[in-house]
Order: sequence, then C-alpha cells, then structure tokens
Amino acid sequence: MRIFDPHIHMTSRTTDDYEAMYAAGVRAVVEPAFWLGQPRTSPASFFDYFDALLGWEPFRAAQYGIAHHCTLALNPKEANDPRCTPVLDELPRYLVKDSVVAVGEIGYDAMTPAEDTALAAQLQLAADHGLPALVHTPHRDKLAGLHRTLDVVRESALPVERTLLDHLNETTVAAAADSGCWLGFSVYPDTKMDTDRMVTVLRTFGTERILVNSAADWGRSDPLKTREVADAMLAAGFTDDDVDRVLWRNPVAFYGLSGRLRLDVPVPDALHEGNSVLRGGE
Amino acid sequence: MLTPPPPRTRADVAARLPDDQARAWFTEALADATRAATAREAPPAQAPPAPRPAWQLRFVTAGRHCGQDAADAVRALLLIEARADTETLTRLYREGSAAERRAVLLALPSLVDGPQATPLVDDALRTHDTRLIAAAVGPYAAAHLTPHAWRHAVLKCLFTGVPLTAVADLARRAAGDAELARMLAAHAAERTAAGRELSRDLRHALTLTGVPTEEP
Ligand SMILES: [Zn+2]
Repeated sequence: MRIFDPHIHMTSRTTDDYEAMYAAGVRAVVEPAFWLGQPRTSPASFFDYFDALLGWEPFRAAQYGIAHHCTLALNPKEANDPRCTPVLDELPRYLVKDSVVAVGEIGYDAMTPAEDTALAAQLQLAADHGLPALVHTPHRDKLAGLHRTLDVVRESALPVERTLLDHLNETTVAAAADSGCWLGFSVYPDTKMDTDRMVTVLRTFGTERILVNSAADWGRSDPLKTREVADAMLAAGFTDDDVDRVLWRNPVAFYGLSGRLRLDVPVPDALHEGNSVLRGGE
Repeated sequence: MLTPPPPRTRADVAARLPDDQARAWFTEALADATRAATAREAPPAQAPPAPRPAWQLRFVTAGRHCGQDAADAVRALLLIEARADTETLTRLYREGSAAERRAVLLALPSLVDGPQATPLVDDALRTHDTRLIAAAVGPYAAAHLTPHAWRHAVLKCLFTGVPLTAVADLARRAAGDAELARMLAAHAAERTAAGRELSRDLRHALTLTGVPTEEP
C-alpha cells in the first residue's frame, strides 16, 4: 500500500515517526507552513522556517525514503500580527522554488479584516505562480467560516479546481463539495475527524476529490492516521483501488497541479546499513 | 549521489537531460546567462534596485525543468556562464534551497579566485545535510580553507558518512599533516573505546597523513 500524507508538520515530529510512517506505507508527504505554537516576532523567523522546509526537512525525509514537498504562506493566525505581515512581500521569491507545490495554509482563524486581506492576497499569489492553494477552514464558527472562505475563493483569480479546503467535517462537507473545491479531512486522535466518521463521509460522498491527512504536528496527533483510515476503508468494503485513489492518486492529482511534484525519492542505502548519516553525526 | 560531479560541459549536460523540452529550456537559460555576463561589461546603469536578471529565476526553477538529476550541473553551469561574482553567489546561496546552495558550492572553484567565498563553505559545513557537506569539500575548500577548518571538514565527513572521495585534494593536503593525524587517531580511539568499527575511510585518511600513530 502506498500512502501520500497531504498535510503533516514533520518539523514537529521525530525520526521514529519517519521510520514508522515508512513502515506503514507512507512514501510522500506535503508539509504546509503553519503556526509553530509559539508566536513569531519577525519575518526573519519565517524565513528560517521556510528555509528549513526547503532544505533540512526534505533531507531528513529522504533519509527515510519519503518524498517531501511543502506549501508556503503566512498562516491565518499570524496574519493578524503586524510584526509578521511583511512576510507577504517576500513570499514571491519563495513560491518559485522547485519543491513548493501550493500556497498554504491560508484561510481564516478568527475571521478578522487582516485575515481577509492575507487570504485574498495569497490566493492571488497562488494564481500568479501557477500554484494551487491549501485553505485551512477555521476551527471555531466552522460553517460560517467555510461560507466566508468560499466567498473569498470565488472572488479570487484562483479557480475552485485549484483549491483544497482542509479540516472539513460533517457540518461543512456538503457545502464544500458543492463548491467544486477539493476536500481535505484531518483525522485526529480526539478532535477534528476520526477514522470511522471518515469512512462514513467516504461512503456518502464517494472517493472523488477527497484527500485524507493526519495533520500531525506538535499537538496530540498521530502520523499513522492515514494508514488507519486505509485499513478502515478496506474493512468497510472499499477496494484497494478506492484506497489508492484517496490516499495516493488524489493528493498526487491535486499537488500535481503545480507541475512540481517529484515522487521518485530513492530508498537511501543508509536506511539499510544503519549508517551514522541518519543521526547526522554521533 | 553523495559525491558531487564536477561542473560539466554544455554538451555533456544537454545529453543527460530527459527530453527535448528540457534541452530547449536549458539552451534558453544559458542564453539568458550569457546576456547577463555580456551586459555587465557595459557601464553600470545607475538604478540600484534593478530587477533580478532572468537567468537567476532559471537558476531557481532548474529542477522542475531539467529534472533533479541534472539540476546541480545545470545550475552550476548557469552560474559560470553568467560569470556570477561573489556578491551574487552569496545572495543566491543565502536565498537558496538546499539544492540551489549545492550548485553555488559546486561552482565556486570556477568563479572565485580568492578566499572571499569561504563563509559559504563554512556555512555548509555547519549543516548536517550530507549533500551540502559533500559539495562544500570540493576544490575550492582544498584551495582556500585554513588548516584548522579543513581538518574539521575532513572529520565532519567521517562523522556524517560523507565518503572521503568527495574531499578534493585529500592526499596532497593530508600528507605530513601531524595535527590531522592526531585528530584522526583520537577519533579512532574514541570509536575503538565504544566498541565500534573503524571505517575504511578513517584508516585511509590516517594512512594518507603518512604520520605514524598508535592506532592501527
Ligand atoms: Zn496544519
């Protein structure tokens, strides 16, 4: 089984996670730029983070036989901090990089005017750079947030077929599906979606345009949730082809819209030899 | 993969590109770079925030147009063709992804005569990215790193598993280097004390110093 986790924050995860993910079948990940838990105080802090997503993290992933791409953006939370908003001016030089496959995570957190501005500006950046966009839907006041998100997407230069709405659930999936956007679901140990509810959504809405991710980060989360959903799908009577579609071909199709997806990461010798490369020194 | 190839010729690189589309892109990119190099010979225009030259965007996007396998060589050739100066090389390195940084390091020996670009090599040697480290210990490092920095570079390779074949001029610089021999012997002793094997590269480097040590 081959698995593509289309939304996971590997910066916050250990090498044990990479090893377990590889063993579970994960061969590709996309890491969206997001909030680090601790507020940043300057654009420079974002640049170091972006550089890590374009350098160190893909290197780490490759050592475990996993292809790593990223999406870059000013996240909704920090779009409200005037110390951080100058990041928007520097994004263009990052959005041209080879391993950037979307603009994201963008969207709403508290639905403020500053978030309106950042969302609209970054949808335009996506359109300008030939990139799709990963749009996070808010956790609080979710359905209203989804409608407001869809309004901004429809007004933007970016077509809905190049937009992925993430963190959907039962209350937002119908409106999201009607919009024509791609549909993302984050499966979490106790918030967002769980495995059984995910299978029910797939039964109701089918497997087309649906992506499932672990959204694992520094909070309580589990990078193997993608595999759990795959197993639950099979147990519920979905075919291997259905599983491959949701957990591999759909994310490949969506991020492939960038023209920059590269999935042929060789399995490193070090993985077999217990080489010290894996520890970056002793 | 870990041992960086030397900058190749145009024809050599073109032959390795995946298809005609990539070859056409490569030809145009080189033309952009040549134009930039020629334009620089004209008196400088007095408008400081000039737009970035086209070849520099080509430098960034080479991976998706030429394939990752050829990208290092394509980028290095663009730098050489544009006759990038140290200031440009430094900016492209600082603003670059790991892949772009590698290409800057690979092009250094062809573009920079003095030690002024050693801060880039030092930066790469501080990372734990083995592909950057391998690109950093090429002929430019052999020519310009101070003895102290160069010895640490050799040790860094041994620590991170970068094959010593990546270290340019290893035999010449190691010969008679008693301090390197001491550092290698200490490293060997540490490994032996921990019950670990001595790598072939470690033994080889010790031999190259020609300095007798207590270690096997
Ligand atoms: Zn996230």
